[in-house]
Amino acid sequence: MKPVLIAVCAATLLMAGCSRKSNQPAPLQSTAAGTAIVESSGGKQIGYAGMLLDQPVVVQVNDASGSAVAGAAVYFSGPSGVSFTPPAALTDSSGQVTSAVQLGEQAGRYKLIANTHDASGKNIGLTIDEIALGYQQTVGAQLNAQYCVRCHDPESTPLRVSNMDNLSVKPHPFTEGDTLNKMSDADLVAIISHGGPALNKSPQMPPWGYTLSKSDIAALVSYIRAVADPPYEAGGLVYAQK
Amino acid sequence: MKNNLHALWQFFFGDSARAFGSASVILLALLAIAPAKNHFSEWRHYQKQYLHLIRGRADAVTLERHFQGGIQQIWIPEQQVTDRCTTCHLGMKEASLADVSSVAFREHPVIPHKLTEFGCTTCHRGQGAATTVEEAHSATEQWEQPLLPAKYIEAGCGQCHLENQTGTPFLNQGRQLIVSYGCTHCHTIKQGDGSYVTPDDDPPSLKHIADKTTREWVYAWIKDPQAYAGTATMPNYHLSDDDARDVSAFILAQSTPLEPPLQPLKADTKAPADPAAGTSLYGQSFCASCHAMQNAAGMMVGGNVGPELTGIGTKAKPEWLQDWVGNPSHYDPGTMMPHYRFDAQQVVTLTGFLESKTEPDFIANVHLDPATPEQIEHGKRLVVENGCASCHDINGIKKPENFAPELSRIGSKPLNQLIFVEGVEHSLPGYVAGKVRNPRAFGPSLKMPQFKFTPQQIDAITTALLALTDRAQSQPPTMRIASVQQTRYQPAGNAGQLMRDLRCFTCHMINGHGGDMAPDLTWEGTAVQREWLTQFLKNPETLRPALIRRMPKFNLTDADINTLADYMMTVYQTPEFDRDSLLVSQFNPAQVEQGRQLFYSKFACQSCHIADYKNDKGYIGPALAATGKRFNAAWVYHWLKDPQALRPGTIEPNQHMTDDEARSLTAFLMSLKSGGAQEAMKK
Ligand code: HEC
Repeated sequence: MKPVLIAVCAATLLMAGCSRKSNQPAPLQSTAAGTAIVESSGGKQIGYAGMLLDQPVVVQVNDASGSAVAGAAVYFSGPSGVSFTPPAALTDSSGQVTSAVQLGEQAGRYKLIANTHDASGKNIGLTIDEIALGYQQTVGAQLNAQYCVRCHDPESTPLRVSNMDNLSVKPHPFTEGDTLNKMSDADLVAIISHGGPALNKSPQMPPWGYTLSKSDIAALVSYIRAVADPPYEAGGLVYAQK
Repeated sequence: MKNNLHALWQFFFGDSARAFGSASVILLALLAIAPAKNHFSEWRHYQKQYLHLIRGRADAVTLERHFQGGIQQIWIPEQQVTDRCTTCHLGMKEASLADVSSVAFREHPVIPHKLTEFGCTTCHRGQGAATTVEEAHSATEQWEQPLLPAKYIEAGCGQCHLENQTGTPFLNQGRQLIVSYGCTHCHTIKQGDGSYVTPDDDPPSLKHIADKTTREWVYAWIKDPQAYAGTATMPNYHLSDDDARDVSAFILAQSTPLEPPLQPLKADTKAPADPAAGTSLYGQSFCASCHAMQNAAGMMVGGNVGPELTGIGTKAKPEWLQDWVGNPSHYDPGTMMPHYRFDAQQVVTLTGFLESKTEPDFIANVHLDPATPEQIEHGKRLVVENGCASCHDINGIKKPENFAPELSRIGSKPLNQLIFVEGVEHSLPGYVAGKVRNPRAFGPSLKMPQFKFTPQQIDAITTALLALTDRAQSQPPTMRIASVQQTRYQPAGNAGQLMRDLRCFTCHMINGHGGDMAPDLTWEGTAVQREWLTQFLKNPETLRPALIRRMPKFNLTDADINTLADYMMTVYQTPEFDRDSLLVSQFNPAQVEQGRQLFYSKFACQSCHIADYKNDKGYIGPALAATGKRFNAAWVYHWLKDPQALRPGTIEPNQHMTDDEARSLTAFLMSLKSGGAQEAMKK
């Protein structure tokens, strides 16, 4: 019995060792090289800790004249816990590479990196920012979707028409850090609980303090802080590669 | 060699003095092992690091006062928690350490529970009693319970919380998918509170399938249901061409004609007189509230309560469509689809419209010879083997019991009872996700079919399954928050029969029974005026301009409308207050004016509601321009005072009005008697 177990353990260890190795993207045979790498889509998403982002990250390699380069190798990397599928690939005929991203286990801001090489082999890098919400911010995100988003988000979807155009005073989307970062936590709690008049603002911002609990409102504040762009200083940790 | 050994033995144990000395030394060394192990243990190293960290911080004194050395333990016997995690995770309760980069020493993120009441392993798994990083976090030989990856962490919540929670969107989604994809037709899931998870996908009976569609369509459908409708929930069995031929042969062969039989076509429905009439009847009847259809631009528009209709003309026979549109209960007494009272012309128009929605490519390449008895026999065997009757009623085949393994404790399944294959991560979450993703990868002879889920949906379903643990089953009942179960409420008498025929409960909730697509009607009799109700049932107007889902027009007779209105006005009353406790005649013009001020200034109701179509635009809530014709004053007053008390979960904010304010606002709102939205749009 024992020897069998030991053998199994050894085999598992060996396999673990191997699989770790295969996680490293194998070098790709690029057939072309560009001079710049740009983000096509998938940056600044609001995701959840440890989870796949809704949209994959798409980057494009361009040459000096700005046209897309096919066949250039792109390597993705990020702080520990972040995984890419695929972690590396050659750009397709439109010069793009698409990779699905799973964020790390901790809530916070993630800095992802996409690399390619120019003709001389020099490294060209691109940083892509993503946000991972934790438990409290997830509660905030859900409450936002239920109670706030239709006034605070100018975007409409077929199931959710934005009400922003119907308001005479325009609220700010919660991602607008330039405005919201200047407000203290206490001010945010005050305007959410007691409505616009609490801060001498429009009553078109209704009071939620008799509908939502204190912890709900704290969750909304923590969500607003988490998604602010530019980031709110005290808004959590930034994860970048060492 | 032998000589050397002998010399060594002589040196240490040659005489009694030597032997005693050596034995003492050995004993001492043995005694020293335990303290040495303790001294060099990993957790001491972490505690030293932690002390080093906090000593460099501004609140070092406080943090040091909180620090306790040695092995720490959270012990909650009734929950079988013995967690020593806080031996190394020392900053869990220190708010000032929220910004520390090392996870080991950071404050635990805000959650609604105290660590001391629930411990760590209850949610995170891992091995609470262990005191080394490796043993605590990973699987070991004796106890194979590694830490749960963060993406499944909501499975921890789901062990106690059987209800939907705001903070667990993925768990909620996973549970919803399990219900709406009908997993529990085959797999039993009994939850900790003893309730069973019941599917709501409502797969159709196949007993009269030959009346409805052709063998060619059945063949193409079972080969690849999603090729017909991307939203189809039926999974793919990867049948070979021959097997699909034989299954379709049997399915058609077992079909018996409906009783009473379908009527022959009433008119030439292939060429309806006015194609635009069909489109507009489809729109007016709000078919899109439940059914999706691809529009000219290729966009899918509509709900997912009923099947997608983009290719319905290819699927359904015209006689069947005509019968179904006339009264769906004839073909399927259990259907969720209402019985619209279309007249003969409307039935022809709508049938013609639906017949024109075809996807000819779907069956273009299907050419089947007439079935032989052997093929039908083989098809029957395949139908039994694949458990088709778990979901569908089929003549001559019993619904199999426990067709697939029970999943009530899948979240605690020991790894040694699982069979892994290449490409599946060797862990319970890896196994569960692998099964959901690609069940046939575990063996070509396995019966579980292939579902079409996105990676994100797979994670959500895995989360919901991982919540089904031994702990969820065995913990004290006081720990559990029960799921909201539907009641068996049924309205009585003629009105009850009408309401069932109209399938009101597909969309509306009444007394805890029904759907959540449309407003809860439990207290509708208190809320509205009878005249308005009868008018609305006759010709439902758009109450919420921004909604796609709307109340359809059922073409009811006056007698039917009276029966419904009488019943609702008398039975659906709140016990909380008397509907006649506030009368419009008590209001004076000054109150109305004060209410107007409050509406537009203090409470800014126009942000979400329209009181006056000329000036107001808000459309989150219903238009209120006809409140005086629609609502009852006492209801309006009580709604303004506390909306959530009348309709739990409504997003209308409680504005904490004084009695006077609520009274004046009610006076103003009750003075609004303009037409409904449609009338106003026309103007
Ligand atoms: C009926 C529309 C409406 C809804 C619903 C709404 N708000 Fe507002 N909100 C406003 C308006 C209008 C303002 C701007 C007030 C001003 O600047 O005078 C505002 C302002 C704010 C502000 C101050 C920053 C800014 O945008 O100017 C915060 C914070 C805020 N709202 C949070 C919330 C939260 C949280 C919710 C959901 C619980 C919510 N709001 C729901 C309309 C709304």
